[in-house]
Parts: sequence; C-alpha cells; structure tokens
Amino acid sequence: MEHAVETTLTVNGTRVTRRIAPRVHLVDFLRDELGLTGSHIGCEQGVCGACTVRVNGEIVRGCLMLAVQADGCSVETIEGLSDSGEMKRLQEAFHLHNAFQCGFCTPAMLMAAQELVKQKKRFSREEIRVHMSGNYCRCTGYQAIVDAIESVIGK
Amino acid sequence: MKAPSFAYAKPRSIEEAFPLLERPGARILAGGQSLIASLNMRLSAPELLVDIGGLSKLRDISQQPGGLRIGALVTHAEIERSLDVKFHVPLLAAAAPHIAHPAIRNRGTLGGSLALADPAAEYPACALALNATLILQSRKAERRVSAATFFKGLFETDIRPGEILVGAEFPKVERSVFLELTRRHGDYAIVGLAGVADASGKRIAFFSVDSRPVLAKTAAAARSLEDGLLGLKKDLSPAADLYNTSATKLHLAGVLLSRAWNTLSKPH
Repeated sequence: MEHAVETTLTVNGTRVTRRIAPRVHLVDFLRDELGLTGSHIGCEQGVCGACTVRVNGEIVRGCLMLAVQADGCSVETIEGLSDSGEMKRLQEAFHLHNAFQCGFCTPAMLMAAQELVKQKKRFSREEIRVHMSGNYCRCTGYQAIVDAIESVIGK
Repeated sequence: MKAPSFAYAKPRSIEEAFPLLERPGARILAGGQSLIASLNMRLSAPELLVDIGGLSKLRDISQQPGGLRIGALVTHAEIERSLDVKFHVPLLAAAAPHIAHPAIRNRGTLGGSLALADPAAEYPACALALNATLILQSRKAERRVSAATFFKGLFETDIRPGEILVGAEFPKVERSVFLELTRRHGDYAIVGLAGVADASGKRIAFFSVDSRPVLAKTAAAARSLEDGLLGLKKDLSPAADLYNTSATKLHLAGVLLSRAWNTLSKPH
C-alpha cells in the first residue's frame, strides 16, 4: 500500500492528475512535479510559513499537508494569484515600501497578507502583526512589511 | 527533512475506517498539523496513515442535552468563527485564536488536538476546565469519557486501540476566561489558564505547567485572590522548560490567576 495514489486536483485553475507517493507534501509536489517554485520550503515543520499556499480558498502550510490530501481540492499558489492580478495592490505596496531584501519569505508574506485584504476591512498595525506572526522574515525586521500591508488596509 | 515512507488510505465512512486501523502500524491522520510536522522530522514512523478527513459527519456542531457537541474534524478556524461556540462555550472561542497561526488554524482540528494531548495545547485545558465529555467510537460501541480521566499523561490519553475520537460535548458555561503568556503570538504558551465559573464555583485549569493540564482546585476554592495565590503553590509544581525555571512558571501562573480572578469571582 505504500505505492503512489492517483490524485486529481486543480492548480491555479488547471486540472492535474498524477500518481503521488503518500510521503510527498504539497509544496514538494508543486515545486518538483509542476515546477511552481514560488512556494518555498524553509523549515518543513510548520514554523516559518514560507510554504503558504491556498487550498479551497484558505491559506495553509504547504509542508503540513500531504499532496494526496489535496485530491479533489483547488490549490492556488503565488504564481496563480500574481497572474490573476488579485495581489497587484499588495505587490506594488511591497515594492514601494521595500518590504523585502532576499525575497525568500515574500511569496508567502503576500499569500498571508492577502487574507486580510480579502476581508475588505481596515486593520491596525497590531492586528496586522498578529495575523502575520506565522510568517518569518530574517532580513527586514518586519517594519517595512507591516508598513506595506498597512498602506493597503491600514486604519 | 522529508517524511519516511508510509501507506495511505482514505476511508469514505467510519465503518470503513475501523478495519484499516486494525492493520499493524496504522495511525489516524486528521488535520495533520502536528502529525505531518513530526513525520517530516522523522519523530514518528507509521506504516499506514488512515486519513479521516473524508468523514463529513465529524464536521458538525450541534446542540445536545449535555451541551454543545463539536465534531472531531471541526477546525480551529471554524471554532473561532462559530456563533454557537461564541454564545454557548465562549471559553473555546477565546482559546482558538491563540492556537498557532491562521494557516494552521485552517487545517488543525479539535479532535486532533484533544487526541494528541500536547501538554502545551489549549483545548485539553479548556476541556478539563469545562469538564467536557469526549466521545470515542469503536467498531462495536460508543464510549463517553470525562476530560478529568481522559488526559493521562504526556501525549497520553484514554483512547484504546481501535477507537476513534469522534467529538466532544462541552457544557454551556457563560462566564469564562482564557489567558496565555507567550514569547510571540502563536507560540506555545509558557503558562496558560482556562477558567470557568458558574453557580457551583470556579474551575481553573493550567496548561504548559505539567505533563498534562492541571486543575488548580485549592486556588479555585479560595475566597480571596491572596488565598488563591497561596493555594496555587499546592496545586502546581511546574516543570522548567528551556527558558523558564519552575519558580518563574509558578510566578507567571499567579500573574494569570490575578488577571482572571475578578471575572471569575463576580456574584451569580
């Protein structure tokens, strides 16, 4: 039973069917099998948040979900959300506020921050920081990231 | 790191799940937010993961005579948003936002947290304070266990081989306080408090202080905060962690008790 499991999912609007070994987590599948390398692998234990992707409209840790668990699900990655233009304002704000240095955490920062943008409400800096607390950045010290997000949805 | 090899099965009904769980090395996969991390770190090596994510009956929240029944697969995010939970069991609604981060709360489940029994986890302490009833199902029968006897030790519960935790019933208690101290929001608590009060008195559970959540019975029965703080020294003997000594943890437990005291002491 350790053999691969046939899995069908929709990735950025495209239906994909593959045979996947159960031990492969979602981000490895997206990166290695589909070439979607915008979702990054940092800690692989659910701490750093660099692997954040959307499954059925909600953000998840891509390293804490097996690819076979995504059978029947709709998965969206930074590539899909960049192409669709959904994140345009947020991406421009990150650029304007210099909200990244090495850029490793940036796709996941955008994925997480977009959850707040989607709610069409205003948020305080404190609320933004609490929401973003699951995404680590080792360069910026977060100030510029919070500035960028605040410029889009701040109170 | 990468997880070791294992087989995977996704039963479509709970009846299909039981025979799978009898296979050697079988383990239940619910939300996976602790299990998959431990697989990636190679801290566990199951031979077969039985993914119960397809058992939609375990996703319900319903009113029962004994309180609010919450299915094992209800996620932390759903508990956070549920008006039923907020209204009837506000302690759980207050606890949920403290669990990790939004992306994890979207997948982590009530049942997973209770069944894992991490000593730093929020729900086991809430279940203990509320004296919740945990509902276990096996091929033959349903078994109901009170939270007071369910949590046996470090990651150890009363779940028997072949049983699935299908949900829990939480008595409706309006007055409650949930507090925890962390280094950063979403981290495991240094010390946490889950407290409730009704006409029969206070029930105050502390977590992250021992191998399982602990009811502070002496403190809860005290007539004043001063006596409560003295009582806490009898109730708790916290184990030190990497950053905090036992004395620090006991002090911080007292800080939380002080913050919770007035809310839990108002006359009924």
